[in-house]
Amino acid sequence: MSAASDTAELAEPVVKTRGYWSGVVRRFSRDPVALTCAVIVLALILAAIFAPYLGLNDPYHASMIKRLKPIGYPGFPLGTDEQGRDMLSRLIYGGRLTLFVGLMPVVFAFFIGSALGLVAGYAGGWINTLIMRTVDVFFAFPSVLLAIAISSALGAGIINSLVSLTIVFIPPIARVAESATAGVRSLDYIDAARASGGGALTIIRVHIIGNVLGPIFVYATSLTSVCMILAAGLSFLGIGVRPPEPEWGLMLNTLRTAIYVNPWVAALPGLMIFITSLCLNLLSDGLRSAMNVKD
Amino acid sequence: MSKTDPRSAKADRGGPNQPLIIAKDLKKHFPIRSGLFNRQSATVRAVDGVSFDVKKGETLGIVGESGCGKSTTARLLVGLIDLDEGHIVFDGDGLGEDISLKELRRGVQMVFQDSYASLNPRLTIVDSVAFGPKILGLGNPTGRARDLLGRVGLDPNRFADRYPHELSGGQRQRVNIARALAMEPRLVILDEAVSALDKSVEAQVLNLLNDLRREFGLTYVFISHDLNVVRYISDRVLVMYLGEVVEIGPADVIYENQAHPYTASLFAAMPSMDPDNLTEEPPLAGDPPNPIDPPSGCRFHTRCKFAEGVCSAKTPKLSVIGGDDTHQAACHMQEPGSGHSAAIKEAAE
Repeated sequence: MSAASDTAELAEPVVKTRGYWSGVVRRFSRDPVALTCAVIVLALILAAIFAPYLGLNDPYHASMIKRLKPIGYPGFPLGTDEQGRDMLSRLIYGGRLTLFVGLMPVVFAFFIGSALGLVAGYAGGWINTLIMRTVDVFFAFPSVLLAIAISSALGAGIINSLVSLTIVFIPPIARVAESATAGVRSLDYIDAARASGGGALTIIRVHIIGNVLGPIFVYATSLTSVCMILAAGLSFLGIGVRPPEPEWGLMLNTLRTAIYVNPWVAALPGLMIFITSLCLNLLSDGLRSAMNVKD
Repeated sequence: MSKTDPRSAKADRGGPNQPLIIAKDLKKHFPIRSGLFNRQSATVRAVDGVSFDVKKGETLGIVGESGCGKSTTARLLVGLIDLDEGHIVFDGDGLGEDISLKELRRGVQMVFQDSYASLNPRLTIVDSVAFGPKILGLGNPTGRARDLLGRVGLDPNRFADRYPHELSGGQRQRVNIARALAMEPRLVILDEAVSALDKSVEAQVLNLLNDLRREFGLTYVFISHDLNVVRYISDRVLVMYLGEVVEIGPADVIYENQAHPYTASLFAAMPSMDPDNLTEEPPLAGDPPNPIDPPSGCRFHTRCKFAEGVCSAKTPKLSVIGGDDTHQAACHMQEPGSGHSAAIKEAAE
């Protein structure tokens, strides 16, 4: 046992700075890839938020004579789409909906899934069985199919895509939360806290949340890229955002017929989805190593 | 620490002769589930009818091989796991009748073996120690915690705001002791509390425990597999084998004269410092039998060199050894008229 506790001591880097988060920030700032991705994601989010102030063309303004202009056409730096609308403006405005529908379900699912997993993992017994088996039923479907099924049952629209994607992402997050909680639950300090007379909620709040939120958070960030692709996919299939709203998945769909006429412009929404999801993925990898999560 | 109320004469309800804790016929069986519908396929009899008492102010050592039920017994006493059968009486108050589990935990605290796993890595040690007093609603929990850290030999000005990974194993175990004491317990259960420490640190912590016992008027249940340490700290020793008590008695008596063959082989396995007294052959061969399906009669008969027919047929009862009723052993050889050849001779003489 002495060997085990000694290695535990060595495995934990001796951080001289006070606190855990300052160490995370320091490790993260030394990771150039993750830092670059963080900057790109931040720039996309800021551009989406402040789109009306960037002096862009009206993303809804169509022109029949300026359809499918190539990249670099005067007045339209990234060309125009099949209805002659400004691509640059539509891509930036499209980021608003795409990022919103791509990130919010993960945020909602993070809270709901973590709560379910914490309760299941701490309570154990039949409560655990009830929660986790229910979650497993949803887990049994491929996530794309499940999202499509729920979305088409609820009908097209932003709110319905949010709901369906949240439901899709609750099971995996609940599962990670449950296993992390069950792992912490069996440690002696939880027994010591129980012996001190702490109630279940107090113990979860003081002793468990701080020790499981890290891994759950990292896992949730890795889901954001998947969620964004799914959200775009729903729009592409016509069961997400409806035209004429600019949204990357929907733009990809409407431009698909122009792929032989103007391939570069048609590929732009896909490129945006690709870059964003890649950055989110690398960002979550960086976070994982910065938070030194052992899993 | 002027707040001596839980340990004062007033709290000493049963009087000095009332044992602080009485464990009566404790049983804990863990089900093993397997198969399609999680059916119970077997039972591990971790603790199977264990009875003993601990007097006020004494230290009871519990020894035995791995898996004999020492830690399960400890967890039963703190109420961390539920009893299947049996009674716990804390200073005259029966658990579940006169006092609740919460009140029992107030009086009984535990220190665990793994000093790292028993501290929350995200809390500073002062917060870990202050957690119990906060739950109890005692005033100034942080002040109490700092005071206790000082008493276990950790200067609060230097150590209070550190995290567990910034401390050594011995320092962490001191924090765990402070955490247990923060609940103002009367009985502290030390479950292999010094086993993971290296020898010099172990000695320091043992001395600290002795000092704290005097200072706070504590009673200890000291669980260990290290017989030297048990002898150093214990007044009485209880030997367990496969979930049962095989021998109990004053430490000095048991160290001189082991009545049960299992105890004798345990002591024979102690490394000797005397070069003329080398251990030539292993005193005990093989592993303990499976507690899922313990041997019939005396559970030790499968490994006992004195085993006879009666040993597998009848379960021996704890019987008094040598006229001194503090020393008891569960062995047919010590029970007159049990049918064992050694016992008959003894009874005839």
